[in-house]
Amino acid sequence: MRALDIKLFRDLRRLWAQAMAIALVVAGGAAALVAVVGSIRSLEETRAAYYERNQFADVFAQVKRAPKKLIDQIAEIPGVAAVEARVTKFALLDIPDSREPVTAQFISLPDDSEQRLNRIYLRSGRVPEPGRAEEVVVYEAFADAHEMPLGSRFSAILNGHKRELVIVGTALSPEFIYTIAPGETITDNRRFGIIWMSEKVLANAYNLDGAFSSVTLKLLRNASESEVIKRLDVLLDPYGGQAAYGRKDLPSHAWGEHGLDMLRNMSRTMPTIFLLVAAFLINQWLNRMVALEREQIGLLKALGYRNIAIAAHYFKFVIALVAVGTIIGGVAGIWLGAFITRMYGGLIHFPFLVFTKSSDVYVWGGLLSLLAGIAGAVHALRAVAALPPAVAMQPPAPPRFRRVLPARFALIKLVSQPTMIMLRNLSHHPLRAVFTMLGMALAPAIIIVSLFLRDTVEDLINVTYFIADRHDATVSFVEKRAQNVVEQIAHLPGVLAVEPYREVPVRVRHGSVERRVMISGRPRDADLRRIIDVNLGSVALPENGLAISAWLAQLLDVHLGDFVEVDLLEGQRRTVSLPVSALVEDFFGIQGMMDLESLNRLMREAPTVTSISFTLDANKADLLYDAVKSMPAVSGMGIQRFSLANYRNLLAPLQTNMAMIYTGFAVIIAFGMVYSSARIALSERARELASLRVLGFGRGEVLFILLIELGLLTVLAQPLGWGFGYLLSWLLKVQVSGEVMRARLIVEQSSYALASGIVLVAALFSALVVRERINQLDLVAVLKTRD
Amino acid sequence: MANEVFTAQSLTKTYTSGEVKVHALRGVDFDISAGEVIVLLGPSGSGKSTLLNIVGGLDHASSGRLFFRQLELTGLDDRDLTRYRRRHVGFVFQFYNLIPSLTAYENVALVTEIADAPMRPEEALALVGLQARMDHFPAQLSGGEQQRVAIARAIAKRPEVLLCDEPTGALDSRTGILVIEALLAINVQLGTTTLIITHNASIRDIADRVLFFADGQISRVQKNETRRAAATLTW
Repeated sequence: MRALDIKLFRDLRRLWAQAMAIALVVAGGAAALVAVVGSIRSLEETRAAYYERNQFADVFAQVKRAPKKLIDQIAEIPGVAAVEARVTKFALLDIPDSREPVTAQFISLPDDSEQRLNRIYLRSGRVPEPGRAEEVVVYEAFADAHEMPLGSRFSAILNGHKRELVIVGTALSPEFIYTIAPGETITDNRRFGIIWMSEKVLANAYNLDGAFSSVTLKLLRNASESEVIKRLDVLLDPYGGQAAYGRKDLPSHAWGEHGLDMLRNMSRTMPTIFLLVAAFLINQWLNRMVALEREQIGLLKALGYRNIAIAAHYFKFVIALVAVGTIIGGVAGIWLGAFITRMYGGLIHFPFLVFTKSSDVYVWGGLLSLLAGIAGAVHALRAVAALPPAVAMQPPAPPRFRRVLPARFALIKLVSQPTMIMLRNLSHHPLRAVFTMLGMALAPAIIIVSLFLRDTVEDLINVTYFIADRHDATVSFVEKRAQNVVEQIAHLPGVLAVEPYREVPVRVRHGSVERRVMISGRPRDADLRRIIDVNLGSVALPENGLAISAWLAQLLDVHLGDFVEVDLLEGQRRTVSLPVSALVEDFFGIQGMMDLESLNRLMREAPTVTSISFTLDANKADLLYDAVKSMPAVSGMGIQRFSLANYRNLLAPLQTNMAMIYTGFAVIIAFGMVYSSARIALSERARELASLRVLGFGRGEVLFILLIELGLLTVLAQPLGWGFGYLLSWLLKVQVSGEVMRARLIVEQSSYALASGIVLVAALFSALVVRERINQLDLVAVLKTRD
Repeated sequence: MANEVFTAQSLTKTYTSGEVKVHALRGVDFDISAGEVIVLLGPSGSGKSTLLNIVGGLDHASSGRLFFRQLELTGLDDRDLTRYRRRHVGFVFQFYNLIPSLTAYENVALVTEIADAPMRPEEALALVGLQARMDHFPAQLSGGEQQRVAIARAIAKRPEVLLCDEPTGALDSRTGILVIEALLAINVQLGTTTLIITHNASIRDIADRVLFFADGQISRVQKNETRRAAATLTW
């Protein structure tokens, strides 16, 4: 081994603690990159493989009743590779372990052939045998939630008739990697399930023999989705077709994508933060080392070593740090990646998980870390090259300090000398102080982002469940009903106040932008499900025109008073032009709202209703549930209490896990920053501190003088960190806000406090570690050597 | 004798340097009276610095006893030694060890702020003839000036003992003489007991007594009937 490399090796061994602190920050960046990019890839690969193997369709459409002969025409649309027509219906279930009614989507399975598209993935049992009317396959998570093994029986109300069903298989489907009941905001495997049964049986139950109510298409590779959708709509139109849509409008796919967007955001911000901090720490460390080894550098030059060789020697320190950091980060990243992938796998149901072992992520992790290392090292390496040997062998000129205030300024008299030392040091290295502060600020910022997720979900819950929607339950009907159904519901046991709604599927268009949405007709003075504006104030619906969310307005590029074109996809199926007369706030999906009476006029119909929300006397809930279960017209029932509890149950562990991961990252940064900075300060000022000890300052006082500066920077960094945290939260909010859901930017004050608290504790802990070093300070040795 | 500031009985100090055991002091006995100027002479490694460090409370003896008046230093822990240094001892080192971020005035104030009955910093600086330079930072002062600031800092708390380890070692002779003059002036004005380590044999004439060190022991004591004035020194 060459002599310089022996020096490198021994120096690293001597400085291992500080080198490790920096390597850990590098590792944090590499781990974040490997873990998050790895799990994004794993999830994307898994999804792609699953979609591919199980022939997930590209285009979906619902229709009232279309004859099967239409299938051939659909198959002839240019770009269509495969067509599958089927019967799908929503219906209520009566499950033994569940007092309240449960909603399910029934989907037909072809009796005499394999499924062509959206093939189910059987997890247990088998598919129903032809002619066995009672046999069904149920969604695995639904069966698990109800603890229903194969052979379990339950009943369903199909088109008004109660039927006994028996589970012969459990399955997953690419069409339902995430299940969500209509009108709900999050998956609930207890209250909503998917059930597959024989096509003959299901068609027969709904009088759809020889017909279908849903069609899905697989497209050729180069087909234009929008063109196919346009032609499909034309074909289905006469049969009560509701605008067809692509994968991105399918709730399952859209929610899955939403989850991936969260990870994509994390993959961009987290490694960047770590690499910036790593670059700064390497910069500090190497500068200090070069300053300390000034004479050795001079000696090497005098001996005839070339600048490049000496610079290379110091650069090897950086390479060693980056290598160790990348290896640790890579290993931690694999573990963390699997953890994140599984966490998502808990919400998004795949039959298998493909853990991609993509080696390029590690290479990227290493390269980016090395880049950060180079950025951090450039200054010190240039200093090494520029140092003339004769000067290097001399002691460095003493640092020149200057006054911040005039010499006899009265205030100065009030400041103790230790404080003065701190103030002058800060003003002597202003850039270093600023960067230390910036680095420290990133730690609370990261925690704030994770707490933002919690705060914003709480806000979502508060606004959705308590400010806007104040009803207890909603029943929706198989088909639109005459107004008198409101009276019927009002007379059910326990029902207190009722509010009717009418939903109409439409295509809304402005310029070249078109979206398929529901228009929800509501009573103008709606009180159970209030419409709120962006300031959370209650909004009365305008008599005419459409109220849309600010999000949809942005999507369509319309402002208040602009007109939009609306294709009504029911009844007379007219196209009308409506003014945008109010902008409202909603968090889930995209929809329009109208005054119920105006909507009925627009539809040229007698008043009709598709769902009813109501408040409930909790003591009579069970009676109500029984009554609803026996109502043939009801296709689904949502209960706010369960919905809210489920929301919390599902998101709580997710939030906790994310907060833990983010906090772990933040602690690494805080510890690395404080420990490394303190060690450098100690090394630079050992002589000064030893002098103070000789002059009679106690250990505590000396520690105070060393750390007060870092402490001050850490404290000053907190408000800055809150600002960064808010900014990063904003970034996350913007990047993950989409058509499936949006959130307000809410960070509670307690979150700022908690984030800073965690960081300050981590900083304090690293200060304690440094204290040990001060206790070991050899007073005599330090003072007897030349600086 | 009531006037004794230090009394040492069989002081020894052994430490390990690397894998070698070094006997830095091998049984040293002495008495030092209040107001005495003592010069410690001897080759490198003869034990004089070790003795000074133990006397100054920077280091512990391995065995033997050392008294500062009635206080037994050899029995004190780190915290009490710190208190002892703070109250009673002033140090001057070869490399001045000023805080670079503080002016001359502030370097002295560093000590006066924590002392019980200190003089004002400007007073201490006047004693070493630096009142005109007190707003300068160390980087703006010459070596001799920096050393005189260090002396001012050491005596500002009116210590009973002033310990100087090679105070002129880094200075040229003219500046060195100024520094010695300052030390002697303080000894006269404040009655500070002063111990000076030096390699410079010509300095010994300014002392009341000279302790010669060899091999961890005091090999010889020279008593000067009269102290030579610093201004007449040459080297």
